[in-house]
This record gives sequence, structure tokens and C-alpha cells, in this order.
Amino acid sequence: MRLEEIARRLGLEAAVAGKGMAAEVTGGYCSDLLSDVMANAKEGYVWVTIQTHQNVVAVAGLTSVAGVVIAGGHRPDEETIARAGHEGVTILLTPMSGFEVAGRVHALLSQTS
Amino acid sequence: MAQPVKGLDFSAAGEAAGRVKKTLQQIGVQPSVVRRVAIVTYEVEMNIVIHARQGTLRTAIAPGRVEVVAEDEGPGIADIEQAMEEGFSTAPDQIREMGFGAGMGLPNIRRCSDELSIVSTIGRGVRMRSVISGW
Repeated sequence: MRLEEIARRLGLEAAVAGKGMAAEVTGGYCSDLLSDVMANAKEGYVWVTIQTHQNVVAVAGLTSVAGVVIAGGHRPDEETIARAGHEGVTILLTPMSGFEVAGRVHALLSQTS
Repeated sequence: MAQPVKGLDFSAAGEAAGRVKKTLQQIGVQPSVVRRVAIVTYEVEMNIVIHARQGTLRTAIAPGRVEVVAEDEGPGIADIEQAMEEGFSTAPDQIREMGFGAGMGLPNIRRCSDELSIVSTIGRGVRMRSVISGW
């Protein structure tokens, strides 16, 4: 399932709709520790976090995740949005908790596999 | 490729590693190797940003082999063996709150490297050399 369809079905707000919106989502990872994400997030994953600062964009770019979901109603910093726009990194927002949004993404991916 | 890295400059943190990744992708290096080099370069870059005043990230790309050398001017590492332990970190609290300093950087580097050497002089800095080879 493509990230844009996941975003639409879960009502995720696109703070930045980058090239990853068209990517086929292959899995997901939830963590707020950046080195943990570097070690475990893979290309095509959805990364769920509550971190909002601009290094999130660097980690998303380096891991080639399809997109970042910032959960819990947290809003990204302006610099984060600017950098994500510049680098084409997708950032989606939701008031759902990380637990809830991860569960829903997992359910959607399980339906299609 | 030699890139300067400034201490405590979180706004530019990760950019040096990003440029290395782009270069490797452009020359068609296989994704699994790009991933390992991206992890190593990101972690050594972040170590400079978090702990040092300034430093340099150098990468040399040859067929089947990437060498990453990070040198910094900073406090150095008091006990390298302890620093290699999963979860050990000397990063201050406000940096940990941003999701850095989880004590996973050096273990990540070791896991992704075929060769690794770390030389530190207390009060002077650290020189770290990692080789990703065999592809």
C-alpha cells in the first residue's frame, strides 16, 4: 500500500508531502531515539515518532524511510518543515498516540499482504 | 571527500553523512553497503556535533571498499571500552531529550564496520577510522 493511501485512510495531515507519498510502504518502526532508528528503520518504512526537531529529516533521509509520522499531536518546528521540503522528506501529523497510529498502519499493511 | 563538522550545530547535523550517501548512490553502490556507510557516517558526525568543538569527516571510496575517518578537537573518550558498551553515554540531558546520546552510536558503528579503530587523547580529541569492505 502506498503511503498516500495510508495517509488518506487514517486521516494523517501532510505537513510536507514529499516523494515518499508515492512509495510502497514495506513496514514501520516506532522510536524516539535517533540511533535506534538509524539501526532499525529500513527503506520504505513508516517511522513513527514524537521528535519534532530538524534532525528527524536527516535521519529520515539517511534511512530512506517512505515517511515520518509525528504522533500525539506534536507539531514539527518550522526549520524541520523547511528542511523536509528542501530534501523531499514526507512528514505526516496525527493526534493519535504512537501506539494507536502504529497499530492502524500495521493493520492496513496486514490486509494487503 | 573531506567535510568540516561543527560542534553543537544541530541545524546542519547529518548533512555531511547525507552528502556521502548521495555520492555512493550516484556511483551505483549497492543499497546494503550504502546503508552501512550511512549509519557509520551519521554516527561519527553526531559524535562530533554532540561532544566536540569541531572536526572533520573524511571518506575515501574505492572499488569494494569505503574508508571513513572522523577526527575531532574535543574532550576525547576516557574509557573506549566502556564507551563501546550498549547504552553507555556521557551526553547531557537536554541532548538526550532530542533523542541523541542513547549510547547506541559506537555499537552501531562497530556493527556496520569491517575494520574499526578509535584513538583518543584526553583533552585533545578522537580519531576514528572505519572501513566498510568486502562487496
